[in-house]
Amino acid sequence: MKIRTLFIANRGEIAVRIVRAAQELGLRTVQAYSTADKDSLAVRLADEAIDIGPAQAAKSYLNIPAIIAAATRSGADAIHPGYGFLAENADFADAVEEAGLIFVGPTARAIRLMGDKVAARSAAVAAGVPVVPGSDGRVDDSATARDVVARLGFPVMIKAAAGGGGRGIRVVADMEAFERQMPQARAEALAAFGDGGLFIEKLVERARHIEVQILGDGDDVIHCFERDCSLQRRRQKVWEEAPAVALPAQVREALCASAVALARAVRYRGAGTLEYLYDDATQAFYFIEMNTRIQVEHPVTEMITGLDLVRLMIQIAGGERLSLRQDEIRVRGHSIEVRINAEDPANNFLPFPGKIETLMTPGGHGVRFDTMLFAGYQVSPFYDSLLGKLIVWDETRGRALARLTRALRELEIGGCKTTKSLHLALADDPEVRAATYDTRWLERRLEQNAFRLT
Amino acid sequence: MAQTNILSPLPGTYYRRPAPDQPAYKDVGDRVAVGEVVGLIEVMKSFIEVKSELGGKIVAFLIENEDPVMAGQPIIAIES
Repeated sequence: MKIRTLFIANRGEIAVRIVRAAQELGLRTVQAYSTADKDSLAVRLADEAIDIGPAQAAKSYLNIPAIIAAATRSGADAIHPGYGFLAENADFADAVEEAGLIFVGPTARAIRLMGDKVAARSAAVAAGVPVVPGSDGRVDDSATARDVVARLGFPVMIKAAAGGGGRGIRVVADMEAFERQMPQARAEALAAFGDGGLFIEKLVERARHIEVQILGDGDDVIHCFERDCSLQRRRQKVWEEAPAVALPAQVREALCASAVALARAVRYRGAGTLEYLYDDATQAFYFIEMNTRIQVEHPVTEMITGLDLVRLMIQIAGGERLSLRQDEIRVRGHSIEVRINAEDPANNFLPFPGKIETLMTPGGHGVRFDTMLFAGYQVSPFYDSLLGKLIVWDETRGRALARLTRALRELEIGGCKTTKSLHLALADDPEVRAATYDTRWLERRLEQNAFRLT
Repeated sequence: MAQTNILSPLPGTYYRRPAPDQPAYKDVGDRVAVGEVVGLIEVMKSFIEVKSELGGKIVAFLIENEDPVMAGQPIIAIES
């Protein structure tokens, strides 16, 4: 492999995950850290660590010159961007390569193509992948916009072409709201993403969020089946499962084949995820976007396939070809991941950056806890609220739910409010147990205050 | 004239404006009423409004826009 030293340009649990995978491959690891993360677990575990700037992400984890300089100084040959921060920044991928280093991920060209929602949609259509009914590309004038919504019918979504991760989306129910919101959406997109481009999609109501994990080596592409990530709050996933039990076998086959077709069409390299909406009633699926990075919820796929996706993406970046054939990827059992966030469920999920006074982590067969926590750790207010991911596996979904409840009860994080109580309530909910949820189910449930969360 | 301080309710990053392209909530010399928004704290990628628990006239901002703050840190001096 061409990589000897891997520089990790991220933090939190994913930095720990990457350090571990790299060390198992015999690589030297260099962990980047902001001053707020000087005592982090990733820094402790890595072979070396380098200060890249102040606590605020814009000055450290998003600071491209500082990261490139630190990586070069450390003698690294490759940079792993993790997720979030610069992971889907094509300019960063370019800068890494210009510095003579390897970017652990796809080409800058693939990031740019998939990062532009309009271009990604066109690529999907060209590859024969179904997309949500909507505008043909960007909508720049109001006459065209009105024609599009007349054809689609309300409700529709106004989306920022440069948006993603649930940001830059507005749902409008009628023409009056549409006329009012279009200029606001354009101004907001320009301010948030530096690009005021908008497009319009039909709102698929009562849809599931189902996504397909793929791996490519720039030539060959395989899929590692799908995940159901429908349990979301404010468009952020809180609970993910693999496989998606709602899918009939022939739909699963067509869905995964479509993901491979699109990834092949862009000669994808590395780990990627194609996100779809799925309508239980019609069994139709629609491509929405591709994430050109490792995802938070990748462990559920690892649990059902036995693969190590982070190891594989490093190997691919190191120049190795995909050694796995599609028929070698098999699903066994069921896996569920829940996100343990530093938020107070009893107080509208207010962020709670406390100090971890005590920590009891769950264990036993089929239980995995990916975290950066240790007793005495001060949770930083400067980054997202993810403290860890509790992942369980078992032979069936029913058994996995029982194991999840058992493991959640074992988990004790002293000194910090967390979303553990939400997950205990979810694991016990009849509709979650029946897997009949859609992407807006959790918010409806929370509005009814059905869980009496504490 | 008694001088008191508005404190940050949370740790994070302090913003004086609702959005980068909008004017500041308040400037020196402005009056504030109890419950009025005087800034935003970005904490864990969430934006929480800072509401004044005091009424009076702003005499000074004790930290700059986009400065990091601790919970309980004085951010605005008020004369009541």
